[in-house]
Amino acid sequence: MNRNSMITPLTQNITPNREPPDLKQYAQAGGYQGLQRAIKTLTPQEVLQEVKESNLRGRGGAGFPTGKKWSFVPMGDDAPRPKYLVANADEMEPGTFKDRLLMEGDPHQLLEGMILASYAIQAEVAYIFLRAEYRLAAQRLKKAIAEAYEMNYLGKNLLGSAFSLELHLHTSAGRYICGEETALLNALEGKRAIPRAKPPYPQVSGLWGQPTVVNNVETLCNVPHIIARGAAWYQNLSRSEDGGTKFYGASGRVKHPGAWELPMGTPIREILEEHAGGMKDGFQLRGLLPGGASTDFLTEEHLDVPMDYDSVQSAGSRLGTGTMIILDDRTCPVGMLCNLEHFFAQESCGWCTPCRDGLPWVEKILLGIEQGQGQPEDLDYLTMHTRLLGPGHTFCAHAPGAMEPLQSALKYFRADFEQHIHHQRCPFK
Amino acid sequence: MLSAEEIKAIDAERSHYPTAQAVGIEAMKIVQHHRGWISDESLREIADHLGLSVESLDGAATFYNLIFRRPVGKHVILICDSVSCWIMGYEQLREQLQKELKIGLGETTQDGRFTLLPSCCLGACERAPVMIVDEDLHGDLDSEKIGEILADYE
Repeated sequence: MNRNSMITPLTQNITPNREPPDLKQYAQAGGYQGLQRAIKTLTPQEVLQEVKESNLRGRGGAGFPTGKKWSFVPMGDDAPRPKYLVANADEMEPGTFKDRLLMEGDPHQLLEGMILASYAIQAEVAYIFLRAEYRLAAQRLKKAIAEAYEMNYLGKNLLGSAFSLELHLHTSAGRYICGEETALLNALEGKRAIPRAKPPYPQVSGLWGQPTVVNNVETLCNVPHIIARGAAWYQNLSRSEDGGTKFYGASGRVKHPGAWELPMGTPIREILEEHAGGMKDGFQLRGLLPGGASTDFLTEEHLDVPMDYDSVQSAGSRLGTGTMIILDDRTCPVGMLCNLEHFFAQESCGWCTPCRDGLPWVEKILLGIEQGQGQPEDLDYLTMHTRLLGPGHTFCAHAPGAMEPLQSALKYFRADFEQHIHHQRCPFK
Repeated sequence: MLSAEEIKAIDAERSHYPTAQAVGIEAMKIVQHHRGWISDESLREIADHLGLSVESLDGAATFYNLIFRRPVGKHVILICDSVSCWIMGYEQLREQLQKELKIGLGETTQDGRFTLLPSCCLGACERAPVMIVDEDLHGDLDSEKIGEILADYE
């Protein structure tokens, strides 16, 4: 069923290595129509309902239904004020580069999505929380924000309506944990980025204790199209229950690493072979992380799995960010795990003990195995950690996420671990 | 003393937030942009200007990867050490950079020209391996390119 394979709302204005459309060009291409429609003809409740019906799910990795997330925000005259909307642009999941391309390629699309989301929850202030290293994205977003203020798409009584919105760009100072929704709020308040206990959820008590919605960049970029063309049209773009398209990506030893907007639910094989061009000559596929560093490995047997939330979950992993990292047959899986767990250990915020102390231990054991000093019981220690740092044992999802590639590597690449230990060296070196 | 330019930039940011604390990180980045790093003296000046305690500001400064509490070279190299770049040859590139610059990770060259820092995924995995020098992203790196790039930063 390929009927919609050419409809690419998210990336239609994006031309690689070219300046993004300015406000005028964006509007000429149909941009800000969703906003015009909403401001002039829809109530905030109707905007929220349209997003609910579209089955848009969060593109940051967790896949929580966006409309449902918005619906927890207190509404009406008695609601606490101000309310906030935050775009989570702290893209730091290793292997993930989709939000950068969206922001660099079409900044106004993100702004329109943010304005619509703010209108739906009646937020007065919105922030883009952008990672510091995305300098080109920062430059282009700043320019787009200035244009939007100038043309009254932002500011007081926007487009002559009763709705007003201030929008600011905040650039971070670099820490992976900032991408965690509640840690991001602390970072935005100028504190150390430590996760907060939930409940209360940010929609009720977020930034400075006020109602706040945090949405991923790609999630927000979908909203203008849903409002302009309707939930049914959007739902139809997908090959699965989840609505819309997805900006998939692939990196590693494939012929054409990159990112492609395809119908949600496109099978892994199709993405790898038709879009990434298959493996580079001389390399075979051994496995892949389907959605960034904190997802479980899948292998060749899963190539026909559709890349949507439920299908990837049934296969034993997570869609995550939808940007795949490919493991080839000449790369050592134990070495790859060393690299991944080094990242997680280093980026643990230190707030809770299992994560702060457990991850460096995991990293040390893996390094020992990789450098030829592994002991047979090391695999038991690693397995123990996948339990002790698993869901429910830590303050946030950082350590459980770190355990996903480890537990699946122990399952699929166990022979590699055993060879390292038996021969007291890395067979790939 | 914060310069007039630094104060102007910090105060412009101040208007975006309901609290002074929220401006702390941005203020440190502004000052670091002018002075290269955040000394104890700079930290005190920023804290005084915003009415924050030095300790709480330093708590934030030491948490984030890109606030430098020690002097750095004229150019800062952030070499991506995350998984896609690792697969595509990060280790060889790091060794080459260390050999050419005669420094380890986290160190600054004798002439003060370069500081070499490892960085988490720089979000350009389709061009792995990558590094950032100052404001510029360089992708699809190989040993030949590294030499050319270093020569561009006097």
